[in-house]
Amino acid sequence: MRLEPREQRSPAILILYPGLALLASVIVCAALVMLSGASPLSVFGLMVKGAAGTTFAFLETLTRATPLIFTGLAAAVAFRAKLWNIGGEAQLYIGAVMTVVLGTGFLPLPQPILIPVLMLAAMLGGAMVLSIPTFLKTRFGVDEVVTTLLLNFIAILFVSMLLEGVLKDPTGLGWPQSKKVIAEAQLPKLIQGKRLHFGFVVAIAAAIAVWIIDRQSTLGYEMRAVGHSPKAASFAGIPVNRVLAKTALLSGGLAGLAGMSEVTGLKGNLTLDLSPGFGYTGIVVAMLALMHPLGVIAAAIFVAAVFVGADAMSRTAGVPSYIAHVMVATSLLTMVSAIMLTRYRVRWR
Amino acid sequence: MEAVEILFTASLWAAAIRIASPLIFGTLGELICERAGVLNLGIEGIMTAGAFAGWLTVFLGGDLWLGVAVAAMVGALFGLLHGFLVVPLGLSQHVTGIGITLLATSLSYYSYRLIFPSVTSPPKIEPFQPWPIPFVSDIPVIGEALFRQTPLTYLAFVAVLLVAWLLYKTPIGLAIRTVGENPSAAEAQGVDVTLVRMGAVMLGSALMGIGGSFITLSAFNSFFFEMMNGRGWICVALVVFGSWRPGKALAGALLFGAFDAYQLRLQQLAGAYVPYQVFLMLPFILSIIALIIMSRRAAYPRALMVPYRKGER
Repeated sequence: MRLEPREQRSPAILILYPGLALLASVIVCAALVMLSGASPLSVFGLMVKGAAGTTFAFLETLTRATPLIFTGLAAAVAFRAKLWNIGGEAQLYIGAVMTVVLGTGFLPLPQPILIPVLMLAAMLGGAMVLSIPTFLKTRFGVDEVVTTLLLNFIAILFVSMLLEGVLKDPTGLGWPQSKKVIAEAQLPKLIQGKRLHFGFVVAIAAAIAVWIIDRQSTLGYEMRAVGHSPKAASFAGIPVNRVLAKTALLSGGLAGLAGMSEVTGLKGNLTLDLSPGFGYTGIVVAMLALMHPLGVIAAAIFVAAVFVGADAMSRTAGVPSYIAHVMVATSLLTMVSAIMLTRYRVRWR
Repeated sequence: MEAVEILFTASLWAAAIRIASPLIFGTLGELICERAGVLNLGIEGIMTAGAFAGWLTVFLGGDLWLGVAVAAMVGALFGLLHGFLVVPLGLSQHVTGIGITLLATSLSYYSYRLIFPSVTSPPKIEPFQPWPIPFVSDIPVIGEALFRQTPLTYLAFVAVLLVAWLLYKTPIGLAIRTVGENPSAAEAQGVDVTLVRMGAVMLGSALMGIGGSFITLSAFNSFFFEMMNGRGWICVALVVFGSWRPGKALAGALLFGAFDAYQLRLQQLAGAYVPYQVFLMLPFILSIIALIIMSRRAAYPRALMVPYRKGER
């Protein structure tokens, strides 16, 4: 079998193939659900109900989507420039560290000043973390995939050290957790008495901002050019290394914001389970969105719905909630295959 | 002073070799894939799946060696999937690899929870016991460190020889190296690039599966979540450190194992003064430093991560 490029891509294929990809992923998961003895239809029904069946469920999905929009944007921005940032998890946690360092009383500022300061600090933290592997890549030619991955493990150990040391909450009954951020640092709730918070609005704004940077600015153009071909970009006079450094600041900063938003909007403090893999899931979100900043919003809500729905389903139907992880992973693989098949045609000899 | 004395204890070197064993399998596996031009970031998940499948086989009453074989087979299956997606389909090797890791890991966890819905402590098996090799195991220090290991560790060393022999002394090895360096030239020689790359990825992934099974069948006796703890990623770093050569990769894995075993002992000595997390960070920091040192003169297989399409330049 071999692939040959399609001369033109009909709109039908562009819609049909991604749809088939998601269907394939659902079929795989249905088979796995059947192994547990449950009926796939009722399990998927419970998942949909758990993710969007009630106002509470839907708000919960949006709450879960918030960090995923940030980490999804972080991955999309970096991957577009072919900067393989797999370290969203580390950047998220260091963003959260910056937030609790400054937000638990160190800066006694009024809310309208403190919150933007914390956002900037978290972005700076995340940006610093990604700048290390990016510098190693541009200066020494060290592959950033492995270094960003390894930094995830270093960062979580670093956070663990801080939470058992200088950042430990003295009133925390010995648990490794930080103090709560002060009231002025907390992001307001969007709806009184619900968990959905202002971080969601910031996430949407960030997606629009990234979209504008991508479309309207020189940097956006340069980032795409570098991603397309570093050699050609360099030949055209684009300072490739500087563009990669800027990309790292933007991507790391977005992932850092995810940490800030989770701490100040939802959890109140920093613990070691702040992120159940939001950094890694962000990669899937970015791929499902085809790296499009606005698509990231939709993809993040979809992925969040799968997780929230699976949690709810698991409580009643007894199918392990890990099915959500399987579904997300299979959607990633089927989706990238489908996109390839919209560009190429399979020829059997 | 005590910190130096540790270096001369047999138990340190025995531990070093034990820690290195799964890394040797994983590194060899990744090395074969990359030598054929395919980056396999599925390694972390494939090792997890190997650990789970091998352990489950033994738990359900299978022989330990059957567990190893099943782990290899499961690894090869994920290799087949990764290979199919990145070789004939030519998908991004980074993204696909991460996807394979997510898939293999989540499938293992899902299956574990399906079979053991509510266990408080992980079920145990009877793992591999050390096989002291007659006579040589009685040599002081060296014998204790080298020749009182479990059979899977001996197999790791044999695997290094086999992989080196395969790569450098057989036509298959030549084909693997050529498709990783210059696929068009390989094609001109009548080599089926797709077939060789797929085969190499499956073989490499099988070794990764065995490496994973070492964790549950030899190092520990049960399966628990997050137990791979980045070992797969460290193997990817070790391949670069070993300049894509089996012998150097072995040296890298042993060095790494020695360092890790040493930090574990230092932790007991200096644990009162330095937070234990610093020691746990060291292996990861060491891997990054190794990458920095080696990347300057890294001789990447030239066609690494370049999809090959017949007739396309």
